[in-house]
Amino acid sequence: MNEERTEKSYLEMETKYKGIFAWIFSTDHKRIGLLYLYSIAVMFIVGAILGLLMKFELVAPGKTIMGAQTYNGVFTLHGIIMIFLIVVPGLPAVFGNFMLPLMIGAKDVAFPKLNLMSWWIYIIGAVVAISSQFMGGGAPDTGWTFYAPYSFQTDTNMLPAVLGAFILGFSSILTGLNFIVTMHRMRAPGMGWFKMPLFPWTLYGTAWIQLLATPVVGITLLMVVAERVLQIGFFDPALGGDPVLYQHLFWIYSHPAVYIMILPAMGAISEIIPTFARKSIFGYKAIVASTMAIAFVGYFVWGHHMFTSGMSGTALYTFSILTFLVAIPSAIKVFNWVSTLHKASIHSSVPFFWAISFIFVFMIGGLSGLVLGALATNVHLHDTAFVVAHFHFIVFGGTGFAFMAAIHYWFPKFYGRMYDKAWAKIGWVVFVIGFLSLYLPMFYLGIAGMPRRYYDYLPEFHGPNILSSLGAFVMITGLVIIITNLVRSARNGEIASKDPWKGRTLEWTVDSPPSLENFDEIPEVVHGPYDYSIEEKQSGKVN
Amino acid sequence: MNKENHHIVPYWVYFAVLGALLFLTLITVLITRIELGALNTAAAMLIASVKGLIVLLYFMHLKFDQKIYGIMVGLVTAVFIAVIIITFFDYFYR
Amino acid sequence: MHRDDEASKIGMWLFIFTEILLFGGLFVVYSVYRYIHPEAFKLAGEELDWVIGTVNTVILLISSMTIAMSISAIQKKDKKLALGLLYATFIMALIFLVNKYFEWNLKFDHGFYPSSEVLQELGHGTILFFGLYFFMTGLHAFHIVVGMVFIGFIIYYVHKDRITFDNHQLLENGGLYWHLVDLIWIFLFPLFYLIH
Repeated sequence: MNEERTEKSYLEMETKYKGIFAWIFSTDHKRIGLLYLYSIAVMFIVGAILGLLMKFELVAPGKTIMGAQTYNGVFTLHGIIMIFLIVVPGLPAVFGNFMLPLMIGAKDVAFPKLNLMSWWIYIIGAVVAISSQFMGGGAPDTGWTFYAPYSFQTDTNMLPAVLGAFILGFSSILTGLNFIVTMHRMRAPGMGWFKMPLFPWTLYGTAWIQLLATPVVGITLLMVVAERVLQIGFFDPALGGDPVLYQHLFWIYSHPAVYIMILPAMGAISEIIPTFARKSIFGYKAIVASTMAIAFVGYFVWGHHMFTSGMSGTALYTFSILTFLVAIPSAIKVFNWVSTLHKASIHSSVPFFWAISFIFVFMIGGLSGLVLGALATNVHLHDTAFVVAHFHFIVFGGTGFAFMAAIHYWFPKFYGRMYDKAWAKIGWVVFVIGFLSLYLPMFYLGIAGMPRRYYDYLPEFHGPNILSSLGAFVMITGLVIIITNLVRSARNGEIASKDPWKGRTLEWTVDSPPSLENFDEIPEVVHGPYDYSIEEKQSGKVN
Repeated sequence: MNKENHHIVPYWVYFAVLGALLFLTLITVLITRIELGALNTAAAMLIASVKGLIVLLYFMHLKFDQKIYGIMVGLVTAVFIAVIIITFFDYFYR
Repeated sequence: MHRDDEASKIGMWLFIFTEILLFGGLFVVYSVYRYIHPEAFKLAGEELDWVIGTVNTVILLISSMTIAMSISAIQKKDKKLALGLLYATFIMALIFLVNKYFEWNLKFDHGFYPSSEVLQELGHGTILFFGLYFFMTGLHAFHIVVGMVFIGFIIYYVHKDRITFDNHQLLENGGLYWHLVDLIWIFLFPLFYLIH
């Protein structure tokens, strides 16, 4: 279906720069979104290879391909990359940048130059962090959590790792700042807050977390630098400091950080389900309230990462209760997504499959989180493979699956082309089988007592580890299929229309791909999002 | 759109604010000379908070701005204070 | 693109929130260690000169007033007064830093600095107090330097009439930043200089 374009696509726009410079110096939110997409994809491949190396090592007890020190360096870098370079920037940087202005009827974000700066800071932070692998002292071996006192006692290259993370924090903060101002000031006429779609709402909650939590880890990392360089004493017991205070400060950011990871993921799911159900989302206001509740309460549960650290009894049960409370709004969202499907006209497609499988793995991850949030069981499971399973289900399953759903959903808008649907389905099936096979055994292994962050284990854990490591290979195969399909389709896929999915939010009213300024005329918004009229529901299937 | 920019704060208001701040500074110095034990910190922090509030309302213009700014400042302060209090659930009860 | 002053103002406030949380982390550390080492903090606090501290506090409060007034001045189209007030703000910032420099040097001369032997002898509470003192006042002084650069740019733009009575959000934002620096000091001052 070829529709007449009035303006050139943003992909083909000529600017005063030539070649690659037209991209890396572009202040267009769509190009910046793609810059993030490609940087994140490259970093993800590196992080995934590191993960694969770990699974290789763990396929048998004893040393398989690496010893303890190397293994420590591998899981540290794997964590640093996956957390700071993939899932924290993840959906906001790619889909927030590309879609937010489109979804609220704006031409760009509030501060386009600041937006470009955010990406450059991301690149610089990445380079600094990864440089830690190549200097004299050896790769950092503390884990991505940089716990004191080891983080200031180890001879490995902590400074570039810690400073890299510090720099990356600025990228996150500036993105959050940009999005908040964008949503306050640039919604199209008629789009009140409660006519705004749900993905922007989650970006709003996320942005506040990025803004308020990140500085705390920033200053904490600077304190670690001060320990290493000046022996300042904040976390050094020999000088009067308390290592547990490091943990408090670290998790005061890093717990809210997981809500940075999951809220936009939930937002993407909230976009996709109504579209393929051809039905308005069930409980729009409840989802908005849940989003804000998660963002707010999420600031006060950080101690559940520290149940075995020696905190007071009061702290223990306070954090445990709050952890159970914060699960409630997430559960509300799951109910609402499922309720949307009730009596809906479901059109299956790959984004929808990713969304449904998101709900499945997110629930497993979330429920295992409750097991960890209970004090008695936590003592048994802390620092075991159970924890590793939990966070991979909820972060990789959650943010990762939602990312996959989002890239397949918004792909036609990005590139004006459709991906190969058959290969996309195959990729999904292979990936999910591999994912489940990789991570489910870890629940059992953790309960049985296998510790995390160990390159070796007792012989009785061998069987499930084989299954897990095989799963890794299957999952990577699925990943290769998915990425290859997307890359090829971006160049040679079938031309896509403005609105291949019959979506009801503003991004589907503009060209695929959009022109530089998105809208020929800023729209006047009358209806809320997801406004499916009765006629639409009865009109039958659309590809 | 920019209604606040049309509101010009008279110079005397700023002088008065400075006066209040200097006065409160004097009070803080004096009050901490008296031995009040734990209340010393509380008193000093209370006065500092009042000074801070005056700076926010007048120098930083919150009194004359749209309500949303004040709400944001309030919420951020509340989150920060909550974080300190919850941290003390650990240290106070160890 | 149409200029949006309100967006710029919100952006500045959001940045200020990040600064509050940045220093906030240090205030958490301070409050925990003061709670754990009340006596040592008291004794260590007496090593600091409360007179310099008070003078610096007064200087910063006055400088906040001058920059706030400069906004009214520019709104009243009194460019000369605005510039005068901005220069006064800048100079007071400089005096604050000079005082700080002398203060710190005095401390270094007496053997008070992170990882010094003098501190080691005096014990954990003292080590933590001075660690916090140097880190927090140091970070604060860094923010003053940044503020001076910001004010420097503003002074230049006022000279060049790029900041005027109907285009002065940058000046307002600079003011907001400066008041933040003042606010932080309002809390630092009693916590370090007034524990006896």
